[in-house]
Amino acid sequence: MCHPSWGRARLAAQRLDQLARLRRVRDRIEREYARPLDVLALARAVDLPPGQLSRQFTLAYAASPYACLMRRRRKRATALLRRGDRGLDGVRQAVGCPSPRAFDIRLAEPAVGRGGSGDEPAGV
Amino acid sequence: MDITIHTTFLPHDDPDASVAFYRDVLGFEVRNDVGQGKMRWITVGPAGQPGTSILLAPPAADPGVTEDERRTITEMMAKGTYGWILLATPDLDGVFEKVQARDAEVVQEPTEQPYGIRDCAFRDPAGNLVRIQQLR
Repeated sequence: MCHPSWGRARLAAQRLDQLARLRRVRDRIEREYARPLDVLALARAVDLPPGQLSRQFTLAYAASPYACLMRRRRKRATALLRRGDRGLDGVRQAVGCPSPRAFDIRLAEPAVGRGGSGDEPAGV
Repeated sequence: MDITIHTTFLPHDDPDASVAFYRDVLGFEVRNDVGQGKMRWITVGPAGQPGTSILLAPPAADPGVTEDERRTITEMMAKGTYGWILLATPDLDGVFEKVQARDAEVVQEPTEQPYGIRDCAFRDPAGNLVRIQQLR
């Protein structure tokens, strides 16, 4: 017969382990924002199902992985544009944004992300 | 008044892992190490700078911290939103290469920031963000 506190301790340890995986995903977005990233690759690297990663990440950080990635790209793009030695195309390339039209619109938004936005690709 | 900044603190959740990071990866010296198990207080700092230390301490050790608060702190540490520190070096690229070669978790490669500094960032084993900036 297990002591009830053992079960609680195990649950707490699992929770911390999961949060540490989410942290690694967030750090990877921070580090590799200029590369093509998708939720499948992010999830695979930390051994979580993609749907679970998206849900748990959004709960932990109040923004989906995709929103977090776009916020990071926008922040860097804004810095590069202010520096002024690259045109919009160059900046877009430098921050790894695959969709010029979406990115132009997003650049005009405030630098602080809105959390989960309604126009994210399904499953991200 | 003559006041120096003497010691700042970062939490750990695995004292041996944290000591290994600050001593073996960043090259700090260990100046003191008291307590046992998870309840260890370890003072580390850069060689040649005895006046500035980091105390690696167990989080939420104050008995006045409630169970809920303790859980929040450990969860924030795990998700990487709790502790952070800013370090500096005259040789940012050299330090980055050395730290990266020790398999530390890289958060950011050396980058020129719009607020006028060039820095990189790592995670320590407890989830603290360690930013290192170039001294100019």
